[in-house]
Amino acid sequence: MNKNIIISSFLHFSMIIITTMSLPFLTKKTNDFPPIISVELIQISEKTNIPFAPKEKKIVEKIKEEQKKLVSEQAPPKQIKKEKPDAVPMPEEKIKKVEKIKDDKQNPEKIDNEVKQVSEFEKKELFDPNSIAALIDKSKKDTAEIIDNNDKKITQDQDKNLGNVGLSLSEEDALKAQIFGCWSIPLGLPYNEDLMVRIKLELEPDGSVVKSEILDHARMNKPGQNFYKVLAESALRAIKLCEPLKVPATGYERWKELQLNFDASEMLEG
Amino acid sequence: MKKYLKKISLILFFLFLPFKAFAFIEIDITRGNLDPFPVAVSPLSIDDNSKINFENILSIENIGSEISIIVENNLRASGIFNPLNKDAFLQAPEIAHLKPRFEDWNLIKAQALITGKITYDEGKLRVEFRLWDVLAGKEILALAFTTFPNNWRRVGHIISDKVYERLTGEKGYFDTRIIYVAEEGPKTQRVKKLAIMDQDGFNNKFLTLGNELVLTPRFNPTSQMVTYLSYFKNLPRVYLLDIATGTQEVVGDFPGMTFAPRFSPDGKKIIMSFAKDGQSDIYIMDLENRIVERITNHPSIDTSPSFSPDGKYITFNSDRSGYQQIYVMDSDGNNVKRISFGDGLYGTPVWSPRGDLIAFTKLHEGSFYIGVMRPDGSGERLLTENFYQEAPSWSPNGRILIFYRETKTDQEGDGFSAKLWSIDLTGYNERLIKTETDASDPSWSSLLSN
Repeated sequence: MNKNIIISSFLHFSMIIITTMSLPFLTKKTNDFPPIISVELIQISEKTNIPFAPKEKKIVEKIKEEQKKLVSEQAPPKQIKKEKPDAVPMPEEKIKKVEKIKDDKQNPEKIDNEVKQVSEFEKKELFDPNSIAALIDKSKKDTAEIIDNNDKKITQDQDKNLGNVGLSLSEEDALKAQIFGCWSIPLGLPYNEDLMVRIKLELEPDGSVVKSEILDHARMNKPGQNFYKVLAESALRAIKLCEPLKVPATGYERWKELQLNFDASEMLEG
Repeated sequence: MKKYLKKISLILFFLFLPFKAFAFIEIDITRGNLDPFPVAVSPLSIDDNSKINFENILSIENIGSEISIIVENNLRASGIFNPLNKDAFLQAPEIAHLKPRFEDWNLIKAQALITGKITYDEGKLRVEFRLWDVLAGKEILALAFTTFPNNWRRVGHIISDKVYERLTGEKGYFDTRIIYVAEEGPKTQRVKKLAIMDQDGFNNKFLTLGNELVLTPRFNPTSQMVTYLSYFKNLPRVYLLDIATGTQEVVGDFPGMTFAPRFSPDGKKIIMSFAKDGQSDIYIMDLENRIVERITNHPSIDTSPSFSPDGKYITFNSDRSGYQQIYVMDSDGNNVKRISFGDGLYGTPVWSPRGDLIAFTKLHEGSFYIGVMRPDGSGERLLTENFYQEAPSWSPNGRILIFYRETKTDQEGDGFSAKLWSIDLTGYNERLIKTETDASDPSWSSLLSN
């Protein structure tokens, strides 16, 4: 009988601890505690990287060279088209397609003295953040795989040491500074609304984006929240423009999934 | 006991597992750049037949290029966009309109691309345009318009508005008109006429002959009506003018001077000042039944009233505290609160169409400032300073202010010139609006098309 009581009370006690620890506001608070600075103390990771840094530099240079080559390979057709813009055949099928869309209008055209919008063939604007993955240059993926393999070799030990510790302040600052420069904040946003877009990213070791997902996607279709779509698009553009992101050279496991919280309110209110 | 402990430790292990799964890193991005957004405005493509037809009708060599120039100028003037140099464009307009090669546009750092096509359609001008997100590689807007060829400039303005709205999240202000007082002649014998023009200064027309002095024209926010002050037979009275028909009428028969008129947000009432026996108070007249209601009753000068966009409040300036300051009250005249407390004199308050700010003119230590503050008086920001400037009027989206500025034209200060200027809320994008004559007292219309 006593045993049962002890076990029961022990289980109850552990449940209380688990529940308390699971409360979201408590976990957030713990994240905000200053002692996080201790992450800065793990500078050893950076030191252990030093021997491997030249190797990575070489890889990065290789990729840069490859990218340069890609650009130069693409250049000739552009020049041809620039020289003879009229010589490019007009695909008749495509023209027909456009006409078809116009014919399918629900409202017949009315011609008035005033300028009127007679058709709105805006294509389905169902915002598909996942499609951004399809936009990523496949060549980058290939190069990313090479880096991935190398990176894994390099960071195997560190990953064990670092576990799930976040980015160091310097690492975070570098990434932030990069995205600050890429993000063109839409200036027409309302001041008194929630102007935060949360985007979850899956990254390659070289910082290129495998997948981006808007976490509050449902908000886009809510009435009166049109500005949110504009804001979300601007955030996605910023990520695309910054790609590859300036991620740390090591510890891929730590940051292969990142959440970026784009918040325009501070800038617009200021 | 050991058995239980094993079980408990197993349960605890599985319970704690999810904590690891949720531990991905969050980074707050709270800053961005406010540099103008790079956009490529490709000339609108046009087939040879249409080109010849429009050349005969409008005497314009290439209407496609001209419309794209209007769009480009509008976007540049907003200060928010940076239209890229067309010389750098790699793709022909007609091909770009069907399927842009995004790598090419990306190469010249364009983040958005505007393409279009013009056709001659049984005497009418048909314009279709598309807006492309270059980085995402997709079309984000596509519209078509049909109109008489003479309206081609408006087509350019409407395209600009649609692009502006799609990329900034708020309505544009390009397909609008500005009414103002055109001034000519020396200061002692100044001829003042009502004039109207597109917001970019084109299509200027005079609405009055200049026989009487006219002041403070204000647009009705819902129609093409204008209210203004005119000195007919040397008595200043508030008038109504229908721009479409040209008919004018006096607003009410007051036994004194009425001035500083402005429409209510629904366009059904006029709020104005009425002066008698050295006291000036604010009155509202219902335009349907012509009933006049007194709003303030104070032995001071209350003037320059302006409604909040929801019609619930009125801002005005008054010298009831001893100096001219800005006040806010309920639309029935109750709860009068002073909101300006800075140094100097404050006047001509105008409530923003967004409702978030009140623009004003401030006189301090011999300089005139155009500024904005929140309706509770907080967050005062002075946008521009000069020797003499006043009468701010909001663009319909509440982003730009237009006002007039007088400058001395010779060193003795005898000659002077009055011109219209605009400035955006950042205070950096200040622009002169070209007018045929000197100009003052501008008022911005609402969007002509929605």
